[in-house]
Amino acid sequence: MKLLRWLFPHPILTILLTIVWLLLVNGYSLNSLLFGLFLGIVIPIITSPYWPDRPTLRNPRMIIEYTLIVLYDIVVANVVVARVILFKSNADQCPAWVSIPLDLRSPEAITVLAATITLTPGTVSADLSDHGHSLLVHCLDAPDPDAVRDEIKTRYERRLMEIFE
Amino acid sequence: MTTFLEFLMAAFLVISGIFGFVGSYGLIKLTNPMSRLHAPTKATTLGVGGVLIASIVHSLLSEGHLSLHELLITLFLFLTAPITANFIAKVHIHRHETRESLPRVGEDQDWATLATDAEIQSD
Repeated sequence: MKLLRWLFPHPILTILLTIVWLLLVNGYSLNSLLFGLFLGIVIPIITSPYWPDRPTLRNPRMIIEYTLIVLYDIVVANVVVARVILFKSNADQCPAWVSIPLDLRSPEAITVLAATITLTPGTVSADLSDHGHSLLVHCLDAPDPDAVRDEIKTRYERRLMEIFE
Repeated sequence: MTTFLEFLMAAFLVISGIFGFVGSYGLIKLTNPMSRLHAPTKATTLGVGGVLIASIVHSLLSEGHLSLHELLITLFLFLTAPITANFIAKVHIHRHETRESLPRVGEDQDWATLATDAEIQSD
């Protein structure tokens, strides 16, 4: 058991690295699979001292659900923002800063949340408070900033809470 | 089937072209620097995504094998694009925003970008 943990300090990273290597090679021979596995085993062992408090991911079903929701939101929000850019005059837009109080505590989870907010067009995460308890978000067009905050909290943060903590 | 895939490919290319154009147009049209930041984040998501899906369909069509290389480009873009945006936003906060122009922090003392600034000055 101890040997297994030494060999695979981060099993998900091992799988991910193998898949990334296979995609880089862009072919599916046994050769590249073995070399991908080799990289997937060696790299986590070498890097594990630099990443001591890595979070354990729970709830794989929720990870899939979260990914699908984010992809869907990216498509929808792209259309919404395209409408704002093309058809709304600059004077009619109401850009707003929103402060989002965070319940998430693990740095990895906050990173994922901030990246999600930036990737869904119309919102960009700009800054974190000094102790990491709030996130500063800029909205392109938000007549109701409180609604944006509530949506981010219920739609993304609640799911990340189930995955990370 | 081939014709259908060709139509699909063309549709994705056109969609990504439109979103790439809207992103670039937004960069010119919008006035506020933070609003401008929103426009390029669009080009990286749907604009690039459309081209990549079209590329997957194309390799399926003309070379007859599934090439998923493109997924990696998506992965790397999703990793790097938020960091770029965050850095530009931080520069904007340093140069154009004050404690009063930003919303209240909540339970903490200050926004991290401004707090380090204040600490440097007090040293």
